[in-house]
Amino acid sequence: MGIQVNHLVKSFGATRVVNDVTFTVNPGELVALLGPSGGGKSTILRIIAGLESSDQGEVWLDNERVDHLHTRDRRIGFVFQHYALFRHMTVADNIAFGLDVRGVPKEKQRKRVGDLLDLMGLSGLDGRLPAQLSGGQRQRVALARALAPEPRLLLLDEPFGAVDAKVREELRRWLRNLHDEFHTTSIFVTHDQEEAFAVSDRVLILNKGRVEQDAAPLDVLDHPATEFVARFVGEVNVLDAVDKDGAVFAGPLSVPVTATGAGKLHVVVRAYDLKFWHAEDGQGIATARRVVPLGDRVRVDAEIDGGVPIFAQFPRRSSLLRGVEPGARLGIEVTHARAWPAP
Amino acid sequence: MTEAASTSAPAELPRAARWLDRAGPLALRGAFAAYLLLWIALPLAALVAKGLGQGPAAAWEAISDKTALDALRLSITTGLVAAIVNGVVGTAIAWMLVRWEFPGRTAVAWLVDLPLAIPTLVAGILLVALYGPQTWLGGTLEGFGIEIVFAQPGIIMALLFVTLPFVVRTVEPILVELDPAEEEASNTLGATRFQTFTRVLLPPILPAMAAGAVQTFARCVAEFGSVAVVSGNIPRHTLTAPVWIQGEVEAGNPDGAAAVSLVLLALALVLHPLSGVLIRTAGGRRG
Amino acid sequence: MAESRRVRPETPLQRAIAVGVLLYLGAVLVVPLLALAWTAARQAGKVVEGLSQPDAMHALRMSAILAVIAVVVNGTVGVVGGLVLARQRFFGRRVLDSLVDLPMALSPVMIGLAFIALVGRGGWLAPMLDAAGVSVLFNFPGLVVGTVFVTIPFTVREIVLVLDELGDSEEQAAATLGATPWQTFWRVTMPNLRGALEIGVTLTLARSLGEFGAVLVLGGAISQKTQTATTFIHAAMEERQQPAAYGMALILAAISIALLAFLRSRRRAHGQES
Repeated sequence: MGIQVNHLVKSFGATRVVNDVTFTVNPGELVALLGPSGGGKSTILRIIAGLESSDQGEVWLDNERVDHLHTRDRRIGFVFQHYALFRHMTVADNIAFGLDVRGVPKEKQRKRVGDLLDLMGLSGLDGRLPAQLSGGQRQRVALARALAPEPRLLLLDEPFGAVDAKVREELRRWLRNLHDEFHTTSIFVTHDQEEAFAVSDRVLILNKGRVEQDAAPLDVLDHPATEFVARFVGEVNVLDAVDKDGAVFAGPLSVPVTATGAGKLHVVVRAYDLKFWHAEDGQGIATARRVVPLGDRVRVDAEIDGGVPIFAQFPRRSSLLRGVEPGARLGIEVTHARAWPAP
Repeated sequence: MTEAASTSAPAELPRAARWLDRAGPLALRGAFAAYLLLWIALPLAALVAKGLGQGPAAAWEAISDKTALDALRLSITTGLVAAIVNGVVGTAIAWMLVRWEFPGRTAVAWLVDLPLAIPTLVAGILLVALYGPQTWLGGTLEGFGIEIVFAQPGIIMALLFVTLPFVVRTVEPILVELDPAEEEASNTLGATRFQTFTRVLLPPILPAMAAGAVQTFARCVAEFGSVAVVSGNIPRHTLTAPVWIQGEVEAGNPDGAAAVSLVLLALALVLHPLSGVLIRTAGGRRG
Repeated sequence: MAESRRVRPETPLQRAIAVGVLLYLGAVLVVPLLALAWTAARQAGKVVEGLSQPDAMHALRMSAILAVIAVVVNGTVGVVGGLVLARQRFFGRRVLDSLVDLPMALSPVMIGLAFIALVGRGGWLAPMLDAAGVSVLFNFPGLVVGTVFVTIPFTVREIVLVLDELGDSEEQAAATLGATPWQTFWRVTMPNLRGALEIGVTLTLARSLGEFGAVLVLGGAISQKTQTATTFIHAAMEERQQPAAYGMALILAAISIALLAFLRSRRRAHGQES
């Protein structure tokens, strides 16, 4: 069971929040829509669910066009950002709701609810009201409720946004396991890249209503398609550089990118694709400014001669850190970088 | 899924299905709008038509009748007095309820709501039972030459009874939202009590006070039941506009009554949205 | 938050304000209420006699019937109107929104007069009503019209307030789970509206029992026909039958205090305590 979205367009007033978005999700895939807030991710999800109508474009589910169908007839499971549990119903009634409104016999309902409660680790909570649950439990009830009617597609809108960091990590792992067991085609929206990479098979990066890149998590990291993606993913330095006869330089710093012939460039360098070392002879091309311990890693802020700031991260015990302290002269080597023509 | 390549507008085939989903809400909306128009807008339109039925000149004549004019003037002046008193007292009560702990706090909260529940006519009866000429207190006061019932003080007391909750209820929610830390911040920055009061506390509650005062005034100008009982309906002395209108209707002069009603209607149509705007302003400041 | 930070008034100025306010409340509200109870108690015999007249019983029954009608009509309209105002966005919504509140801002006497202008001699609806043989003025329908008009805002307001606070995400969730609008309304929305409905109904009851100006003008307070509890009091005062008036006033005051007690307990239960 797959889904295809073609040339989706949606405006709110004068703002175009979804701008010609096209993508496919294959049966059984778990795909993340990742991007900064306001990038149109949630709107796309809501259009697929029929909670919002599109201005243009098509949504196909299992080779069936569903744009004209009301939400209730699309057979889509939706997990809302703040759960949207029915506050006056017990956990069991919440989960059974989607079966009950479709006239599933009570006996079957009870069985399915029991199975889901077990699966979600919610056994014994069936008589509780949502207000009596913790954030993580509510999240799992919301998921169980969405899965109960066996939807052909599961949509999750910032599913872990409202729980604290520790619970979030647990839920992530657990969502991935759940998916590996059920293989329900799923799309989830997040602004947290770590979350997207940890859970999904594939990541769609959205910015200003457009798809910037559609690729596997590792590809997004190693082969960012656009400057936006390169800047958005990971911790990066963005340097102004020039292409001088096939060699690219950012000030005194040489950057190993293939010549582009473009003249002025933006060079994007990840914090872990750089080496700093103490230039003992007083040479070097930069001066260290701050050394910030970040637990198992250390971040070094420096200033390239000419005033351009740059930073890098190293393992705590890296030998490269010897002698690197504020005021020290530094040599710098860029091991990996990507360049785009400056606008 | 290759056939999905066609990019026709999605609304083509599905019109009928979507229409069905819209019909329900549309029917509800239509029914509700019709109800309001029929019950509220239509009678008011008829009132305006009646008031102006004999031409604007006749309407003006009815309004500028000495008794009618005095009645309007009395309604407006007593309303202003009540609005000012309530503006101050109501804010103080709201402040006490939100910020202070004192014996009888719950009772005060109760009392403030009471006029909302007690029929306005009964409010008038209460005052007559206390200050009426046959009562001990009323008789004693009369001995000193102080008249309350069947005189203007009685009208104002009735109005104050009936409108007591208005300012309290608009100011209270604003005070609840107001963080006492703002006052503490003001104190740490060296402001005097007076400065803290006028520059930190007053500005956010001022629109709410004004809204409550406007509501008080509007209600006073419209008030009938309590005033009808305590005023004694002495023309040109204790006759308020609504009481005058009722008298004219009873005396078989609905046209004149309708003409004066237009003034009250106009006032209501200005004051009602004004209090709405003030309330939204007050709420907006809460951030 | 402010809840936990209540302090005792300490400075002399604060105490003076507190005492002043308490005295004011006493003078304006408490003492008159006690005076009424005291006066009625002193003439208990006459009060009972006045209230056991058939016209008094009739008036009380009439008020009760009108109150029930107002609750049923405006309770239903209130839920529909609340859903429309809180959940739909359409051209003219603001107009409807302020129209709903308008009855609170109008003089009841004026409301009565407006309906006289509409259905009385020469009114727009007069020919239609004559043809149908319905007489509104000085008749039962006139009382219904007046009472229903003044109580329109109460339930709608409460419902809108609660619907706004709830948000529509539960309703959206129900739709994704396959519920029809009808199912969503009865199983998801309506259970959340119970408290608002209780409060709205209580306010409607209190207001309709207490309505005076509109029913006086529209009904004419004809004894044993269009007289309600309030117009009975008015008539008794004019006829110098103070004991009967005081007795009826005391009954209405007692009912309103009971309604207020219920209202406050509901408000507290729904966390809107004031």
